[in-house]
Amino acid sequence: MKDFFKKLPEQAVRVVVVFLVLAVVVFVIRQFIIPPEMKEPALQRASSEEREAAKEIHYAGAQSCVQCHDKEPEIKKSGYHRDLACESCHGAAQKHVDNPTDVKPTSPKKRDYCAYCHKYNFSRPTGFPQINPDMHNPRKPCISCHNPHNPKPPTTPRSCNACHAQIERAKAASYHALITCTVCHTAPEKHKISPRTVIPTKPDKREFCGKCHDKASPRKGVPTVDMATHGEKYVCWQCHYPHTLGGI
Amino acid sequence: MERRDFLKHLCWVITSGGILGGLSADAWAKMLNKDYDTTKHYYGMGIDIDKCIGCGRCMQACKTENDVPAVPFYFRTWVERYVIRTDRTVSVNTINMESDELGDVLAEKDVLRSFFVPKLCNQCDHPPCVQVCPVGATFKTDDGVILVDSKRCIGCRYCIQACPYGARYLHPKTRVADKCTFCYHRLVRGLLPVCVEVCPKQARIFGDMKSIASPLGRFTRMNKIHVLKPSLNTDPKVYYANLDGEVN
Amino acid sequence: METAQNFMELSKQVVGFIYPNEIDIQWSILIVVYPYITGLVAGAFILASLVKVFNVKELQPTYRLAMLTALAFMLIAPLPLQLHLGRPERSYEMFMTPNLTSAMAMFGFVYLWYLMLVLLLEIYFEYRRDMIVWSSESTGLKKWVLKILSLFSTDISEKAVAFDKKTVKIITIIGIPSAFLLHGYVGFIFGSIKANPWWSSVMMPVVFLFSAIVSGIAMVMLLYMIIKPLLGGKIDMKCLDKVASFLFYAVIVDFSIEVLDFIHRLYESEESIKILSQLVTTKLFISLVVLQILMGMLLPLAVMAVIKVFKLQEEVRKLLYFVCGLLIQLGIFSTRWNVVIGGQLFSKSFRGLTTYKMELMGMEGFLVALALLILPFVILSILIKLLPPWKKEELAGS
Repeated sequence: MKDFFKKLPEQAVRVVVVFLVLAVVVFVIRQFIIPPEMKEPALQRASSEEREAAKEIHYAGAQSCVQCHDKEPEIKKSGYHRDLACESCHGAAQKHVDNPTDVKPTSPKKRDYCAYCHKYNFSRPTGFPQINPDMHNPRKPCISCHNPHNPKPPTTPRSCNACHAQIERAKAASYHALITCTVCHTAPEKHKISPRTVIPTKPDKREFCGKCHDKASPRKGVPTVDMATHGEKYVCWQCHYPHTLGGI
Repeated sequence: MERRDFLKHLCWVITSGGILGGLSADAWAKMLNKDYDTTKHYYGMGIDIDKCIGCGRCMQACKTENDVPAVPFYFRTWVERYVIRTDRTVSVNTINMESDELGDVLAEKDVLRSFFVPKLCNQCDHPPCVQVCPVGATFKTDDGVILVDSKRCIGCRYCIQACPYGARYLHPKTRVADKCTFCYHRLVRGLLPVCVEVCPKQARIFGDMKSIASPLGRFTRMNKIHVLKPSLNTDPKVYYANLDGEVN
Repeated sequence: METAQNFMELSKQVVGFIYPNEIDIQWSILIVVYPYITGLVAGAFILASLVKVFNVKELQPTYRLAMLTALAFMLIAPLPLQLHLGRPERSYEMFMTPNLTSAMAMFGFVYLWYLMLVLLLEIYFEYRRDMIVWSSESTGLKKWVLKILSLFSTDISEKAVAFDKKTVKIITIIGIPSAFLLHGYVGFIFGSIKANPWWSSVMMPVVFLFSAIVSGIAMVMLLYMIIKPLLGGKIDMKCLDKVASFLFYAVIVDFSIEVLDFIHRLYESEESIKILSQLVTTKLFISLVVLQILMGMLLPLAVMAVIKVFKLQEEVRKLLYFVCGLLIQLGIFSTRWNVVIGGQLFSKSFRGLTTYKMELMGMEGFLVALALLILPFVILSILIKLLPPWKKEELAGS
């Protein structure tokens, strides 16, 4: 080793010494001075997880509510809002759980809160009950007619548009505007209670549309086709969408 | 359903205990954390596009629960509205929390199909954000959640660039990267992520993929499942049912 | 709340749809400055290595200047990164727990390697003999600074100087791949982001590298033309022509690689092509088509070709070289802008474009960026004072 250094010119030795000193300093600092929690990823990860887990919760969860409240959950259980968590409307309530007497959760009473879900919007899945707030009893608070814990129309809907507003709207502008829904669909009474499980019918025969649209039909001013040759193996609505203007 | 019952039971323990003993939720959380075994869980989320009504309750609750700045620009979760017109052009917007924009801007007869898409961090199995973090401040926990160590993140924002889903943002107050954690602080207490809790239509299904019987298990069994940007090989753990091909 | 207001304004300029979190442009002008500066370092070093490794004798007058330029820019290179961090006080974490899968984590190590083992060492051995001589000639502070810089070395025997020369050559040989690594690696930081189709490309490190060489050579050429006359020397036209000639070829290579990348993208025409075309033809039109390609590449190429074909007078040549150098700097700066800012102007949903509004004041604003671009020249002037690139005889003789 000594020989090697002797062979090197003095400036090279100087450089090597500088680098060695630097390396030793870095090594000592890293190895002995820096505390482990600054350089051990595993430790840091554990403490980060702990901090994340210890964060305060704001929403207590529906199961907390039923510990004290039994009337509302009982009503809610069988209604349309049965899957709706209490805090979806009443807001974050962990503070109320911690301190039930002093902190009260909110209780939205205005029309615009219900509108978040029930205002008509064509992007919403069809069948979801929607209204136009400007037309549907304007200015009247929703809760004066509907109990939010068991929302039901005060009277059975006269037409289907309570839930099928999108179709209703499209149809109103189409040639079929004057044909009521029940001409083509038979809706079992149960559909109003269990809309997803009991589903209304659709015309299952070509002849149904043929009553007006067949060449042989006595109807005047209606576009007609020769039912015998036109798209024979399909039911009409498999190609034509009867609710829009002119169909597609 | 076992899990549900277990959660119920757990929540009951937390809340009743909290009320009876006068203990804060945090104190209980710490006790529970000791029993919480990260290796026994692996979380994922299912999203059913056909169920989302675009009410924005998830976005609002998430901001409250996770102290996300209350301006309409930083989101851990958000909902996009897709409108595909009959000429096949697509327009998209993020629904506003003050849902005024939800009105029908377009003539409905030009709409071919329309729907809402809830978005959040996909908690990828191969997370590009974790790969690129220079200091290892963002990492995947044993239970499959991607977290950010807010005490070590240097705010270089490389992870934000690397995330294909726009799920991350730089928190304007802490100046570190922030993102959805599946409400990790709620999971360890046996609660659901808050967006799942408040979703009125159960469009979001949360579950543990290590448990055999869970709502998520049923969801993935009964639906055709798609993930976002599968070509990037990130292996998201947010599973979409009825997702439209236009969504990215 | 002020940022919210800003975002409100910005959101009005969004075209199409962007993810809500994308309104915040993450990498600002400072991250444009960073690859620009490291590019200059790598480029200047490559020019210097032409002298030492490839024995291009004509370039000898630029060698020391190129090394000092590389060092001056290298010292500033980490600053824009440091300043843009959300939590600058935590940057040491990069050395505490570097994440080995992160391209960015390697920055500190690549930087230190290049600065300590290449630039400083090479400059030390190159200047050692002169430092000893100069320190013996000077007094006061300068004497001591030079003494410390030469590590109190005293040996100026022929044998020792020969050793210096040999070492410089070896370091340069190590330095070339290191310079490639330094800037290719900066390209990799962008090129490896699969989420971003504007960045994600194997060509990225190569494009970065060649644009670095172009900018570095052009910068040394400009500095040579300014500084040498300022110090009382005369511009060596043989040297200048040679530098310009290398610059010409470097621009050609750089241009072909970029065109290749462009054609490849256009031909493959992947999912992102629509939004990228929209980006190039609208938001990036001025900075990419006009500044980067027309003014920063094609125009200087044409001018240099004219100089090569027609034997122009010395004074005209000088003027044209100078203009070319400036245009190329502008072009390469635009290149950096187009990569860094351009890559953030389109949404990862591929459905919309957003806008970057540069701050004037503020940590990530225009003024700080400007200061960071001026600072290397200040450092360079100090370095030149301390370690003159040309000896008195050279200045007087040429």
